[in-house]
Amino acid sequence: MELTGSQILLESLKLEEVDTVFGYPGGAVINIYDDLFDSSINHVLTRHEQAAVHAADGYARCTGKVGVAIATSGPGATNTVTGIATAYMDSIPMVIITGQVPTPLIGNDAFQEADMCGITRPCTKHNFLVKDIRDLAKTIKEAFYIARTGRPGPVLIDFPKDIQVTKHQFSYPDKVHLRGYNPTYAGNSRQIEKAAKMILAARKPVFYVGGGITLSGADDVLLKLAEQTQIPVTTTLMAMAAFPQRHPLALGMLGMHGTFYANMSVTDCDLLIAVGSRFDDRVTGRIDSFAEKAKIIHVDIDPTSIGKNVEVDLPIVGDLKDVLSKLYGYLNKNSELVEDLVEATDEWRTTVAEWKERHPMTYRSSKSVIKPQFVIEKISEMTDDNAIITTEVGQHQMWAAQFFAFRQPKTFLTSGGLGTMGFGLPSALGAQVAYPDRQVIDISGDGSFQMNSQELATLVQYKLPVKIVILNNNYLGMVRQWQQMFFEKRYSQTVMELPIDFIKLAEAYGATGLQATKVDEVEATIKQALETPGPVLMNFKVSREENVLPMVPAGKAINEMVLAS
Amino acid sequence: MKHTISVLVENEFGVLSRISGLFSGRGFNIESLSVAPTMDAALSRMTLVTRGDDRILEQITKQLNKLISTIKVVDFTGGEYIERELALIKVSTDAESRAEALRIVDIFRAKVIDVTPKSYTIEITGAPAKINGILELLRPMGIKEIVRSGPVVIGRGARGVVG
Repeated sequence: MELTGSQILLESLKLEEVDTVFGYPGGAVINIYDDLFDSSINHVLTRHEQAAVHAADGYARCTGKVGVAIATSGPGATNTVTGIATAYMDSIPMVIITGQVPTPLIGNDAFQEADMCGITRPCTKHNFLVKDIRDLAKTIKEAFYIARTGRPGPVLIDFPKDIQVTKHQFSYPDKVHLRGYNPTYAGNSRQIEKAAKMILAARKPVFYVGGGITLSGADDVLLKLAEQTQIPVTTTLMAMAAFPQRHPLALGMLGMHGTFYANMSVTDCDLLIAVGSRFDDRVTGRIDSFAEKAKIIHVDIDPTSIGKNVEVDLPIVGDLKDVLSKLYGYLNKNSELVEDLVEATDEWRTTVAEWKERHPMTYRSSKSVIKPQFVIEKISEMTDDNAIITTEVGQHQMWAAQFFAFRQPKTFLTSGGLGTMGFGLPSALGAQVAYPDRQVIDISGDGSFQMNSQELATLVQYKLPVKIVILNNNYLGMVRQWQQMFFEKRYSQTVMELPIDFIKLAEAYGATGLQATKVDEVEATIKQALETPGPVLMNFKVSREENVLPMVPAGKAINEMVLAS
Repeated sequence: MKHTISVLVENEFGVLSRISGLFSGRGFNIESLSVAPTMDAALSRMTLVTRGDDRILEQITKQLNKLISTIKVVDFTGGEYIERELALIKVSTDAESRAEALRIVDIFRAKVIDVTPKSYTIEITGAPAKINGILELLRPMGIKEIVRSGPVVIGRGARGVVG
């Protein structure tokens, strides 16, 4: 069957089981959009290409499938870069298709030309420029394969306009053969056995779990392993939803804004079992004193993550699901030794419990002013167990991580690595497209929200009932906090002087706007929002100079926390 | 410490920038780089010289391996290998120094490949240290231009590095 390039693209997407794409049309993709017009593939039109990529990213994060976004050449394509870099830093499987000027014009500074392969090389797992129609189907197959296997990541296909209209026989390859790409899935059994022995010999062990656990789908086996061994679990921002936060073994988040007890546990432990985490600077604080008394086991599918920031005693390269299952199996066969371990680590759990009691995750409550943490706690109480929470970046993001009790995997979508303001609203949009019947809530600040607020239009157009929570302090709160703590309260460019009427803004787009200015209005506002069909924006006027605590100042060890203002 | 690394990569559009971008983006040092296709026309072989401690080198080899276009990475340092570099040197000569220049060329088993009344162009192949040696001796005569290829290496023994 002879098809045009753009038809080949759409047929290939179907074979990759893509039912939804996010995008924005333009001259260099007009042929693709013409074919989309009567295709069975569902297209969601965002109001900005960056948002299309974040939406595809949110879709991928909550479903585990590959997210797909389409943008035109030049500015359309360059607008996707922040979205791609966001997905890259958090290892999210995505395929981004950008239009490109016709091949004879490439390099001529043609209208709306940008060298997308050049621009995205450092922020994609891989990228392709399709220069020959004969390579197209193979390229798409490889792009999806690379995006979803190994350590996942975004892959860009730059697709020139002349190739889109060239006809060619369509046959989709069954298999991918890439000589230079063959990720290791099975963990080395001998290494795993060594890990089991190190665990059995430990007296103060801690699991330090990162986003890889979700990407591998190993949440269940982690829970089983933690319960089997009774080892406490601290999670990074990326893994907050990967372990039930109300579990007695849950220590919450570690690092710069981690809990006192997580940071103390890591500082004092004698064995740190790092799984799918990468010793990011926001986690480790001063690196030479991070877990300095501990032996370190590091399990990751990406060999470059291991030994990059800290030296480890036992590296295991492999898929977490495989490695943790084998570890669980080995320990299960040695249940008497595990019983001994549980007994021998009883004192450790008591110590951890004492830390937890001494400095629980808390804040000073108020009756006169709405505390942002209080709003998060209420949302946590009032939402369904499978509600999906997205965030922007800043104070509200940290409060969401600290005070929302996550219950199910893949329910917390946040830009961890890149820290992208403006991520929350479009990613919530993508999540709601994936799960029309689940509660999807974007927790936002007044600063971040304005970075992609145009997506209110998309929510209204597609009747996506995302609920937006703005913790409004009229500041760029996180930077203000740093200025307060380290720059003598010189609030340079962090005061959002113009008070915006967010209710009117929501209404202008056809969404519902609600506001709470008093403490006793919080619950009613959330209740009303959750009961109102369609998108709802909630504007909470919160305590303006509230700080995110605990806080480890930059360059300090993670046990050197500022606990109170 | 100096390391000489061979990288077998897919012989395709953009690979060189993937490798060089990796070095610049991650702040790895790169002293020289040479690239050419191999016996297998689908592959190119790069030889690069870099510096760093063990941890940096571990990252460099891992990061190189992580690129989809990379087939194989071999760090020759610490093993038995032969290293060769080609240099073309244009040196000023006058009546007085021409004989001395030729003597030096002879001692280093180099070749004169172009002659003018005022200059010799010399071709020399060898380990980088040998090239540094001849340059040292030619420098007083006045070097007008030097072109060095950067070293290429091959392991000793019967086994070959192939993709």
